[in-house]
Amino acid sequence: MKSDIILSGVGGQGILSIATTIGTAALMNDLYMKQSEVHGMSQRGGAVVSNMRVSSNPVASDVIPMGKADLILSVEPMESLRYIPYLKPGGWLITSSSPFVNIEDYPDIEKVKEEIRKYKNHIIIDADSIAKDIKSARSSNIVMLGAASPFIEIEESLFIKAIESIFKSKGSEIVAKNIEAFNLGRNYSLQNKK
Amino acid sequence: MSRVLLLGDEAIAQAAIDAGLSGVYAYPGTPSTEITEYIQNSKIAKERKLHSDWSTNEKTAMESAIGMSYAGKRAMVCMKHVGLNVAADAFVNSTITGVNGGIIVVVADDPSMHSSQNEQDSRFYGDFALMPMFEPSNQQEAYDMIYSGFEISEKYNTPILLRITTRLAHSRSSVELKPMREENKLKLPSDMRQFVLLPSIARNNYKKLLGNQIYFIDEAENSSFNKIIPGKDKSLGIIACGITYNYLIENFENHISPYPVAKICQYPLPDKLLKEFTDMCDEVLILEDGYPFVEKQINGLFGNSKIKGRLTGDLPRDGELNPNLVAKALGIKENIDLKVSDIISNRPPALCPGCGHIDVFNSLNEIMADYGPGHVFSDIGCYTLSALPPLNAINSCVDMGASITMAKGAADAGLLPAIAFIGDSTFTHSGMTGLLDCIIEKTPITIIISDNSTTGMTGGQDSHAFNRLPEICLGLGVEPEHLRIYTPLRKNHEESLRILREEIAYQGVSVIIPQRECVRTLERKVKSKKAEL
Repeated sequence: MKSDIILSGVGGQGILSIATTIGTAALMNDLYMKQSEVHGMSQRGGAVVSNMRVSSNPVASDVIPMGKADLILSVEPMESLRYIPYLKPGGWLITSSSPFVNIEDYPDIEKVKEEIRKYKNHIIIDADSIAKDIKSARSSNIVMLGAASPFIEIEESLFIKAIESIFKSKGSEIVAKNIEAFNLGRNYSLQNKK
Repeated sequence: MSRVLLLGDEAIAQAAIDAGLSGVYAYPGTPSTEITEYIQNSKIAKERKLHSDWSTNEKTAMESAIGMSYAGKRAMVCMKHVGLNVAADAFVNSTITGVNGGIIVVVADDPSMHSSQNEQDSRFYGDFALMPMFEPSNQQEAYDMIYSGFEISEKYNTPILLRITTRLAHSRSSVELKPMREENKLKLPSDMRQFVLLPSIARNNYKKLLGNQIYFIDEAENSSFNKIIPGKDKSLGIIACGITYNYLIENFENHISPYPVAKICQYPLPDKLLKEFTDMCDEVLILEDGYPFVEKQINGLFGNSKIKGRLTGDLPRDGELNPNLVAKALGIKENIDLKVSDIISNRPPALCPGCGHIDVFNSLNEIMADYGPGHVFSDIGCYTLSALPPLNAINSCVDMGASITMAKGAADAGLLPAIAFIGDSTFTHSGMTGLLDCIIEKTPITIIISDNSTTGMTGGQDSHAFNRLPEICLGLGVEPEHLRIYTPLRKNHEESLRILREEIAYQGVSVIIPQRECVRTLERKVKSKKAEL
């Protein structure tokens, strides 16, 4: 198997927690992985990106080549479009629908969504509302991970195990909420992918 | 043996601990910061009481490491590439003194300037200082090079330079660890004059260093990190340095190149190996992240028509490489059809909401409107972001500490008022000496030390200025009535305008210290306090 994932968002949105969960699941599956992050200046509310590469064979480049990403997983809709040249033909674009507006010239959100819908393989999910509905607003990123999970060749049970191991120190209630968040995201994608 | 998931930076830190390190010395700087932070947070490092406190700047870090080496123990120094400019005096002389306990200097270069003001290539510094160098291609090699690097350092009586770039520093992969070694015992140098660089001794040491070069080259010729990987198609050979090796093999099925490859990760360059390799191939493409360091050496003064690389335009002259740029240089056709939509806006980094620097700039901008543009000299830190809209507040950012000295030069030239804007940690790093120059000459200058009590841009490391800024300024000779301290909050706007007006009017050295903690470190403290309750 091979999954090359571009993770995108805005500094402070915590995309690295998604990367850590995928990484943990990959290690449990004895897969090779490389994950490259952005630190420093961009973390101050700027656009951030992480490259996550998981494979049953050794991974060479730390960055995903343009035109080769299997999916773009974005916790912010406009940011999902920034890395489009990295997506392979037929790759999936999975994004949260909630805009993070910290700039004056943020485009019309409907136009952003229209642009996303131009790609046949897309999922737009209101992860923030789903997380709030289960009274766990902080689990929005795990909803996003759930939404991406059907497109990553790692067994569902391993993602669950990874979530358990990462959140275990925070108590069983938080673990349960995050598993619920993961399942809701996953089910949304399974129902909405064409 | 255990396998763990580590950033390149963390692999370096873990390797140093495992190799019997006694102290790490560093000043925070992206992308090198996480090396020292990892050691600060390491349980075993705490048990062993390894030194890991931050240094005031890279020069004090480098010198402390030489001192630890003098005492027989293993020391590591970490910095970003421009930090090596600050440490250069000690760095270049450290090959003349040689070592007692092993020294490794880790320098993280930042090609493409993700978080820096230039993309200088530290390999030139290593060459300049006649120091053996490593340049890992992956996290495991970074670990192995540090682990065995200390032995090489002690064996050849020389510090070692380990050069990484941003990509490797901040990329995570699994690393296999080696057994943990004991620290060195305290032991004086066998030659008590080794570290006394009087000309007569230095001449002798320098001859020894020159004589050792042949052994450094020998090490590189026989290094397991330098190797030729055979390929059938000899119409082209590829020399791939450090991480560029990954970008190369990414382009081939099963990562097997049809062309012969010389993978170079240890310097000085193994000339026999490279001569043989170059002779064997019709053309040679050189891949290196940073400056064309290897390309220039192989070209020599008169060039070599076989050689292709950054100087011939086959690869861009600037910026970091990636698999796509390498594919292009190899003539591999790629289909990258998708273009970024033009509805997307840029999202540059910005000062955090609630940041104290913003309040200071709001006051300063209001006052400076009376004088027209071009009077504010600034420095390296979060506040450099004020050069961008909406603040548009500063006119310079060159190197650590340059705000004060540039403002001084401009004042000397007659450009008045001359304002310097610097952060607390940058001030203790390199601003204090400039302030002393101003005091000696009673330069008409207004220095704002915007004190957020931390090293903010790199993630909130301890600032050496914490709780002692006024005392430092008074000690250097700032007049007490022209040392003004206030809290930058919206409600204190009028007070700050008044202070700025009064001090700009003063025709001597004024220091204004707006003092309010970084909102990020404050938030973290509140969170961890809550967690305790």
